[in-house]
Amino acid sequence: METGKKPFEVVVQERGATVLRVCRAILGVHDADDAWSDTFLAALQAYPDLPVGANVEAWLVTIAHRKCIDHFRAGVRRALPVENPPEQPSHLGLPGDTDTELLDAVAKLPPKQRQAVAYHYLAGLPYKEVGELLGSSPEAARRAGADGVKALRAAIHGHASLVDSSSKGDIR
Amino acid sequence: MTLEMSPGNAEVLSLLEPLDVDLEPALASLHARLARDAQLTHTLDVSYRTIDSPLGKLLLAATDRGIIRVAFELEDHQSVLQQLADTVSPRILESPARLDDAARELEEYFAGKRRDFDLLLDFRLSRGFRLNVLRHLPRIPYGNTASYAQVAQAAGSPNAVRAVGTACATNPLPVIVPCHRVVKSDGSFGGYLGGPEAKRTLLTLEAAA
Repeated sequence: METGKKPFEVVVQERGATVLRVCRAILGVHDADDAWSDTFLAALQAYPDLPVGANVEAWLVTIAHRKCIDHFRAGVRRALPVENPPEQPSHLGLPGDTDTELLDAVAKLPPKQRQAVAYHYLAGLPYKEVGELLGSSPEAARRAGADGVKALRAAIHGHASLVDSSSKGDIR
Repeated sequence: MTLEMSPGNAEVLSLLEPLDVDLEPALASLHARLARDAQLTHTLDVSYRTIDSPLGKLLLAATDRGIIRVAFELEDHQSVLQQLADTVSPRILESPARLDDAARELEEYFAGKRRDFDLLLDFRLSRGFRLNVLRHLPRIPYGNTASYAQVAQAAGSPNAVRAVGTACATNPLPVIVPCHRVVKSDGSFGGYLGGPEAKRTLLTLEAAA
């Protein structure tokens, strides 16, 4: 009877933001909401079976990873009839229109890089676990993460120098 | 969390900062959606909410069988929720909808406009003699009091006066199950889970209405 497991509400409060950031990085702001909902509903369902002392955040990221793939595939299917190339299946965009160029930069990354960056930097998973999620070696995951960061940096600094270096010029 | 500190960590996080746009309002509506979906799919075992009252913030928790817990701030709501996670289920979410009726009836009660509660109660946190006592308490009419000895007698164990005291002190449903109407034989209030002031407030409220 004594489980010592936190009320699920605490899990949502502590991890909700990180999971949403991860979903946004992978799917874009719009589709992220659905992936987040799917993730936490599935997590709530399975929560009693989670072993006490398990790494809750890694567990959530694993579920989010699968749910994002589901949405990602659905997005690709939706995008098939249009002439957009499939390397860019998700559409990142914000109602507020601020910082969209930065989100676009994330969206332009190949999925593996986007996932590696999200799982390693946002969720804090070591590359060994990122590799397990992505079905690749830790080295390949690390490379994907590094390439992703490099591409992000280039896109953002390229953008800043081309258009307006004063606004986001402090990002280095 | 084992975050590998690569040199560009802070920089990468700042690159990814735009992902935080409107994060808080998004999370608030996602939480509401989760509570709704969980209710619909019967995945939620315990819902809870808090209400403001003359006794301070009260925590109300319910299962699909009814209200299972009312808790005073003095009891520390976080640890009450942890106890519910340990004894009932960790599938707990703040989800006000299932507790709308209870919140409304309590509000009416505190306004002096309600004498009895018409709510489904889940008594699974109490057993044996304590449960007997709790089931008897609603028979003490609004505005009246009974002594611990009288309650012991009514519950069928005239010698179990101390056990009645324990049953009242561990009542998981205070206010709704009126353990505050049980007082000492000499007329003094006796102890109360929510503190002696809370007991005085409730008895004064009921005497005035």
